[in-house]
Amino acid sequence: MYPLLVLLTPIAGAVILGLWGHRASAGGVNAAISLLTLIAAALLTAQVVEYGPMLAFDELFFVDSFNVFLVALTALVGFTTALFSRPYMLIEMHHGRINARRLRLYHASYQLFMFTMLLALLTNNLGIMWVAMEAATLATVLLVSLYRTPASLEAAWKYFILCGVGIAQALFGTVLMYFASEQVLGAGGTALLWTHLDAVKSQLEPSVLTLAFVFLLVGYGTKVGLVPLHSWLPDAHAEGPTPVSAVLSGLLLNVALYALVRNKVLADGALGSDLTGNLMMGFGLLSVVIAAFSLSRQQDAKRLFAYSSVEHMGLITFAFGMGGPVATFAALLHMTVHSLTKSAIFFVVGHASQKAGTQMMDSIRGLVDTNPTIGWGLMLGSLAILGMPPFGVFASEFLIITTAMREHPWATPFLLAALGVAFAAVFGKVQPMVFGETTGRRLPHPPAILPVFAHLALVLVLGVYIPPYLAQWYRQAAALIG
Amino acid sequence: MSASMSTQLINLFASLLLLIAFAMLAQRRVLSLIHLFAWQGAVLALNTTLVAFVTDQHHLYYSALLTLVLKVILLPWILHRLIDKLNVRWDVETLVNIPTTMLIGVVLVIIGFNVAMPISHLSATVTRGTLGIALASVLLSFMMMITRRKAVPQVIGFLAMENGLFFAATSATYGMPLVVELGVALDVLVGTFIFGIFTFHLREAFDSLDIEHIEKLKER
Repeated sequence: MYPLLVLLTPIAGAVILGLWGHRASAGGVNAAISLLTLIAAALLTAQVVEYGPMLAFDELFFVDSFNVFLVALTALVGFTTALFSRPYMLIEMHHGRINARRLRLYHASYQLFMFTMLLALLTNNLGIMWVAMEAATLATVLLVSLYRTPASLEAAWKYFILCGVGIAQALFGTVLMYFASEQVLGAGGTALLWTHLDAVKSQLEPSVLTLAFVFLLVGYGTKVGLVPLHSWLPDAHAEGPTPVSAVLSGLLLNVALYALVRNKVLADGALGSDLTGNLMMGFGLLSVVIAAFSLSRQQDAKRLFAYSSVEHMGLITFAFGMGGPVATFAALLHMTVHSLTKSAIFFVVGHASQKAGTQMMDSIRGLVDTNPTIGWGLMLGSLAILGMPPFGVFASEFLIITTAMREHPWATPFLLAALGVAFAAVFGKVQPMVFGETTGRRLPHPPAILPVFAHLALVLVLGVYIPPYLAQWYRQAAALIG
Repeated sequence: MSASMSTQLINLFASLLLLIAFAMLAQRRVLSLIHLFAWQGAVLALNTTLVAFVTDQHHLYYSALLTLVLKVILLPWILHRLIDKLNVRWDVETLVNIPTTMLIGVVLVIIGFNVAMPISHLSATVTRGTLGIALASVLLSFMMMITRRKAVPQVIGFLAMENGLFFAATSATYGMPLVVELGVALDVLVGTFIFGIFTFHLREAFDSLDIEHIEKLKER
């Protein structure tokens, strides 16, 4: 029942906002619908906590400890981003960057986007998962180009074509997966159900699964933003409206990685070798290093944090690649804290660039003077994302690096150097933005501060104390992924 | 129909698809590209019907029908409307080095066959021989997208790639489950619509559908 509720709420929301999304109150309606989705997700979570993994609707949906926390996280960040987007979009309208029609498009697409991500997470069918991932791209293309500036259109075009081509590779991978499973499970609808595949994964043909995994890695890896397939990511993040950047970075990348890891579990079972892990480690490490060294060249605040997302997704991919209970636990924790921290940073960066009238970091100065909460939000968020204790990012990065030292010592210098470079680059750019001479103007609507500090507080809590049930999920999920 | 006869026919359709993929690679005129795309869909639908008939897989009739409606009628119709409205019906693209492109295309076909070979051996379908061709047409469409500099041909390349993937699914496994195929078809349709809307925005902002004019967002 609850999985359906989680999915139907945003669909209903998309219809409602498609009709009335241009009204001034639409921002509030958007937040209210996201809150309902969050409540449905919380009920689903409570049910899974109590009764364990569940299948629903003729095995169409599958919820276990791996995806339930991602569903909860997606619904939570979806709700807080909707809270943030209400004043943000009002200010954008006030500045004349969008009109009522585009606001309607924005609100309807936002809910559709939430629906596609939740569908990709909840479905048990690998084919539907692919369909939902592609639909998530389609739902956001017109959001990236919402301002209709030449740069935003170019970013959206790149996003459309590169992610489209990338995800087509994943479709071929899925076809191969079906081919392998059909020989064991027989033709028909059940042969693509993950739970059925998981039960027979050791009998799947290894050579087919190898090829399938390579295609899936390239395909979903494009959406995760792994180097060298990442070139759409900074553009799409920088040119779209900031709430879209926040959900792209905080949620979509996670969902794409989730799809990849689900497939990896099957490939690992069939291959019984380290091949998939090694591939993911290689791509992950490359992303961490290249992204860290690209950070210092950035002048646009949102591009800077987009590259930081590439770096962190690389780190998570690397951790999943290493495998084992500790590294996987750390990867799941990092997914959670990165998503919360990065969306909080985008919230403050969004308001900061509205104050300065530009996203160029050289022109954003002295945030603390004009609006201390935005200034401190940016400072604390940056420190959190750079892995300073006591924030949660430190805990997960610490676990990842110590595991790497123990099991893959060759990778440690690269990781440490990249994290050091990233620290120097980001901190050096953020510090004058926060403390320099002020340049900002007043915002016509009060900014949304609550979501920022709520996220940072959660990240702080996760840094010092992980609630037992959450740790329990992570452990169960880690055991599942292996 | 005898088994060898049907295999022959399936192979004939597969080679037609490969031929169309090559023709698309070399075709300069937008209008002819759309015609080729429609033909590709028609061959695909015929092939799927034949496989459905030979193997008695009833769900394949539905997917053949879906292909016919979507890829022979609906998508080409949308594309025709689009090039009319954008006034690019008679556009001719300058393609550099067609002979080199074709040679690279031949290499791609060889790669496609080599990658598909081990899988074809494992397959028990009557269509297994054609998996190499399917992969080759995916790669050729990919190549086409890379060599094109205009928005509409790039998207036709993208749609042709999806055709290749659909063909791969039919030849390796007698098609994906129907619910997945419906989902994929929906995505393709919505994607084409969004592309249609998008080209007008592009045109408004750049006065051109030339990707080279659009690509300015380099690392700053």
